[in-house]
Amino acid sequence: MLQVQGLQVSFTVYTQGLRQRRLTVITDLDVTVRAGEVVAIVGASGSGKSLLAHAILGILPHNAELGGSISFQGKPLTQARKEALRGRAIALIPQTVAALDPLMPVGEQVRLAALRGGVPAAGAREVVAASFARYGLAPEAARLHPFQVSGGMARRVLVSTAVVGQARLLIADEPTPGLHPEVVTETLGHLRELADGGKAVLMITHDIEAALRVADTVAVFYAGTTVEQAPARDFAGGGEALRHPYTRALWRALPSQGFVPLPGAQPAPDALPPGCLFADRCPLVTAACRVARPPARELRGGTVRCIHA
Amino acid sequence: MLKGEGLGVRYGKQLPWLFQDLEVALEPGEMVGLTAPSGRGKTTLARVLAGYLRPTAGIVTIDGRPPPTTGYHPVQLIAQHPELAVNPRWRIGRVLAEGVPPAPAVLDALQIDRGWLQRWPHELSGGELQRIAVARALNPQTRYLMADEMTAMLDAATQAQIWHAVTVYAAAHRIGVLVISHDASLISRLCRRVEVLPEPPAICTAAQMDAEPGLRGGH
Amino acid sequence: MSTLTETPAPMRAGPAPRPWQLNRRQRTLLTIGLCLLALSAVLAGAWLIGDDGLATNLAARNQPPSLAHPFGTDWLGRDMLTRTLHGLSLSLGVGLLAAVVSAVIGAALGLLAATLGGAADAVITWVIDVFFSLPHLVLLIMIAFTVGGGTIGVIVAVALTHWTGLARIIRAEVLQLKSAHYVQLSARLGRGPLWVARHHMLPHLLPQFIVGLILLFPHAILHEAALSFIGIGLSPHLPAIGIILAEAMRYLATGSWWLALFPGLALLLAVTAFDVLGEQVRDVIEPKQSQG
Repeated sequence: MLQVQGLQVSFTVYTQGLRQRRLTVITDLDVTVRAGEVVAIVGASGSGKSLLAHAILGILPHNAELGGSISFQGKPLTQARKEALRGRAIALIPQTVAALDPLMPVGEQVRLAALRGGVPAAGAREVVAASFARYGLAPEAARLHPFQVSGGMARRVLVSTAVVGQARLLIADEPTPGLHPEVVTETLGHLRELADGGKAVLMITHDIEAALRVADTVAVFYAGTTVEQAPARDFAGGGEALRHPYTRALWRALPSQGFVPLPGAQPAPDALPPGCLFADRCPLVTAACRVARPPARELRGGTVRCIHA
Repeated sequence: MLKGEGLGVRYGKQLPWLFQDLEVALEPGEMVGLTAPSGRGKTTLARVLAGYLRPTAGIVTIDGRPPPTTGYHPVQLIAQHPELAVNPRWRIGRVLAEGVPPAPAVLDALQIDRGWLQRWPHELSGGELQRIAVARALNPQTRYLMADEMTAMLDAATQAQIWHAVTVYAAAHRIGVLVISHDASLISRLCRRVEVLPEPPAICTAAQMDAEPGLRGGH
Repeated sequence: MSTLTETPAPMRAGPAPRPWQLNRRQRTLLTIGLCLLALSAVLAGAWLIGDDGLATNLAARNQPPSLAHPFGTDWLGRDMLTRTLHGLSLSLGVGLLAAVVSAVIGAALGLLAATLGGAADAVITWVIDVFFSLPHLVLLIMIAFTVGGGTIGVIVAVALTHWTGLARIIRAEVLQLKSAHYVQLSARLGRGPLWVARHHMLPHLLPQFIVGLILLFPHAILHEAALSFIGIGLSPHLPAIGIILAEAMRYLATGSWWLALFPGLALLLAVTAFDVLGEQVRDVIEPKQSQG
């Protein structure tokens, strides 16, 4: 459904006064999402997770430049095609109700989303009602304004807005933080159901535990590269089945696992080392790691960018 | 000891109490977990204890005396979104030095790269900025720390890194820490004692209120 | 960077920058420079050209534009270029003075409303709303008339009617800053209110104030001209743009089109220059909008 290969995102920024410089924020992102699959993208803030979503939706700011390739349903995703598909075949489930129009009742917003998604005007009301029923929202809730709905209801409205059209690919941006465990479970359940219904779901999160509860595949981002793509089942035990040392460190840092801290910090986009981006924090580092960026390669049903894996 | 006695907050005479008759106690060097569903007033309680919000009822004391109203506040609050806690027009070095400049050992424990000090807040990631916010609070004048979903937005590796630094510092300097989080496994890692904020009293009569004194927290 | 060469089809998010094109910040600074140049040219021009053209010269009455008199002459044989330059620089001076007074009133009241709160805030907000609900020009005329017209009348009238927008902006900014987490935190870190005002608030408010001030200039100048035009502004003996335009109206029917056209255009250009200047300065001050 969606294939991202060697994606680069750079920004033209002012350094001092009138001088400009290109800052490459994403260096090498790969991710593949198939129909019927939930792919979770996990990584620290600043690893390029949200920028990837913006690149797919075509909403990067005007000083950004893209390299690499993104294809959707087998065809390259150009800016014109992104704009044509956005809100129709590709839909975003936003993070908070702040993404909704504060002055419009939520039912009306879901209806507008349905119209934009290609539902005929005559049947739109029925589709909205069905969608509300489907997500356990009372019909009266359609008349509420965004500020009147609780956190859990807001999540349902947001999901409903995204799926009421005919979207094939759904992108969920940080769907879980700050939510009560029950609401998290419910939200994750919705994502899983959408995938089981034949849609492709891309879930962007920093929360590995939430990701593992629904994802088929986990893509791990670090400093603007995909260091590993792994089946979710590999996150088990001491992380022996995982391919990249960063993935293993993330797994072992979970409070439910070892809570082991990883020393150091992600390199800044303007100070990237010439070799492996993780070299400075890696327990396995050797001189060879610092020579060149390791390319992505297939390994045990996933991919990895590490020469020691 | 940091104590809240009979704490109650409501945002208007006609509005219902967010919480009422709350008793809170935090010993120096103690880490206590606080959890409850959204909307029960966890953040509000943290703001009351850190002196950001005057409670509608009740009193906060440190070792029996009310905390100072001017000067450095011995109870520091660290919230979920560090980007709101720093002036976007200040360089990181200036942000760090605004209160009591943190010791080099603290910067090292939080793995703060000295190169960040020359940068602007928008040039750091959320995890990096949160370490700055934590470093600003880890100094000899801080006696209690309110960590309100402090690492909820961060990846596991950064979360573990920050909490390790905070735990070590708090133990060494006998700082009491209130850990507010939705994450049960995080709280069980950090705290021996966990409190749950009670359901807000439903709209009921004064007589019923007296009969249900709410959370008699502490021990 | 190795993948850049392997990529099948590079895509761009925005239009391609051309090598000869100035970047946006350079364009902005260039525009600011041009505006400042044009405005100072008016002031310098009036000074350089001297007062000779203002004298009556009945031998050269009602002449259309020529090399000797690029803007033509009026019914008393006065050179219209000289009159326009002098009129414009006078109008600029009066407008600037009125705008500065107005901006100071606006900033002071906005600050007071936001910091005192309560009753003071309610009163100031009410006054702002009243000013907004009254027709601008009517209010101007009333105030100018009450004060007794003349140069003072114009300055008072313009100053008293133009502060409301800026007061609103400053009040909103201060309220927003006061509730900002980093400002509240500053107090918990032991900083006093004056320190917070100086280090957190002022650097944020000053640019807003400067942009507000620059954007006030065109209004003030236009309204000064309008008041003079209808005869309750500057004295008819002064070569103000409003007066020149009012006089020109009487001669339009006789075919002396240049009497109104050139001074009118000059006024329009000066006002537009200030407008553009304000917008560009805003772009420089809000750097987040001008990356690229």
